[in-house]
Amino acid sequence: MNVFFHVGRYVAFLVKVFSRPEKHTIWIRQFFKEVQKLGLSSTGIIILVSLFIGAAITIQMAYNITSPLVPDYVISLTTRDTMLLEFSSTIISLVLAGKVGSNVASEIGSMRVNEQIDALEIMGINSSSFLVLPKILAFVFFIPFLVIISMFVGIGGGWLSTVFMNVITPQDYIEGIQLAFIPYYVTYSIIKSLVFAFLIVTISAYQGYYVSGGALEVGKASTKAVVYSIVMVLLFDLILTKLLLS
Amino acid sequence: MIEVRQVNKIFNDRPVLIDVCATFESGKVNMVIGKSGSGKTVLLKSLVGLHSIDTGQIFFDGRDFHTLKQKERIEIRKEVGMLFQGGALFDSSTIEENVMFPLDMFTNDTQQEKLKRVNFCLERVNLHGINDLYPSELSGGMQKRAAIARAIALNPKYLFCDEPNSGLDPQTAIVIDNLIKEITYDFGITTVVNTHDLNSVLSVSDTIVFIYEGRSWWNGTKERMLTTDNQELNEFLFSSEIMRRIKT
Repeated sequence: MNVFFHVGRYVAFLVKVFSRPEKHTIWIRQFFKEVQKLGLSSTGIIILVSLFIGAAITIQMAYNITSPLVPDYVISLTTRDTMLLEFSSTIISLVLAGKVGSNVASEIGSMRVNEQIDALEIMGINSSSFLVLPKILAFVFFIPFLVIISMFVGIGGGWLSTVFMNVITPQDYIEGIQLAFIPYYVTYSIIKSLVFAFLIVTISAYQGYYVSGGALEVGKASTKAVVYSIVMVLLFDLILTKLLLS
Repeated sequence: MIEVRQVNKIFNDRPVLIDVCATFESGKVNMVIGKSGSGKTVLLKSLVGLHSIDTGQIFFDGRDFHTLKQKERIEIRKEVGMLFQGGALFDSSTIEENVMFPLDMFTNDTQQEKLKRVNFCLERVNLHGINDLYPSELSGGMQKRAAIARAIALNPKYLFCDEPNSGLDPQTAIVIDNLIKEITYDFGITTVVNTHDLNSVLSVSDTIVFIYEGRSWWNGTKERMLTTDNQELNEFLFSSEIMRRIKT
């Protein structure tokens, strides 16, 4: 019953969120603030994670593919496809669920317990739409850029491992990443990331919006936001993969 | 003027407001007093529409708030200013941005006009040179004053204050009380203040409603309050030894 209650309230919350903004100029200002806060500020961590994981995947591929019958360029080809198909969308979204999810839930939760949301409501402002809609649209707008950055940096990380760790020759690596490239993999990855971005922000905002109590409850809501976002990202990864790749 | 007629509110099968009746007059400081948990905050939040009521009526100058359409309610809410217990200033905005916020949302004034109004409101609450500071950089009393400045930015017809003195030292509490009183008289606002601070009640109240176990138990003026023979009100007012000594 509890699950049905939360699903129903989540849907009702989304209906309120997707209502017409009170004032467009303020809304646009909020949107760009959120692009900076949720999107641009996540670029550093995405570059860092992608660089190291790209390098690690290349080393692991080389370690696993030991047959002399398999050419070396297969290592970079599989690294590239791993980055495109799963890492740069799903794993990056899991990282962002931690960073963005906790940020959104704690910000909105703190506003709730400090009566700032009540203050908005009393002014006659639809607080859920005012606070959450710019976050959703900003993050959904920016996540494709993060995914594309992650793809390039991850593949670049793999190349660096070939240069500095002598895993395979850089020439083989370059040859492999150009071989049998399927552009749809990028499209598939971006479609998935758009859904994940929506889930992360809406689930986290929901957790923050309905928090009651004090600082302890805001912390709990933040944890729940991250956990539920991760679970939903993994579930929808499976569903979307089945829908888009089979 | 705000009229409350037989308002009832139940939370989880527990009646919190029972047939509450009260009249809050324009241009006066109307105080709602009562013990913690008596239903004062629920009444205040019901007045401003943060809680829906189960039965009864609340009239804002003849307009029955809870039967109005959403759009009409929003119009009334634009006439309402509220001072929350903790100030409820937006942490991520400066004081200037906080006070300007309602003007940004509901007026088409130029930036210069809005800034002029912001400075007027901040001057009115005796805050100078703090436009670019963030709420966390201010003391509790200054935060309350900044919150009052935001509440009066749109020239409200109704001002609601929930425990405006909580967490403040006695001197700062007097400053806030006097400010609420001055603003009420200057602008002819209908002000409703929730408090259990007897100093405030005795120094600035014009009318008083005593809430006891969810009911509007007594109403009158501070002069009548001190001589009433209402047992529950007397127990509330003279619960401390020092107050009993003052009475005798």
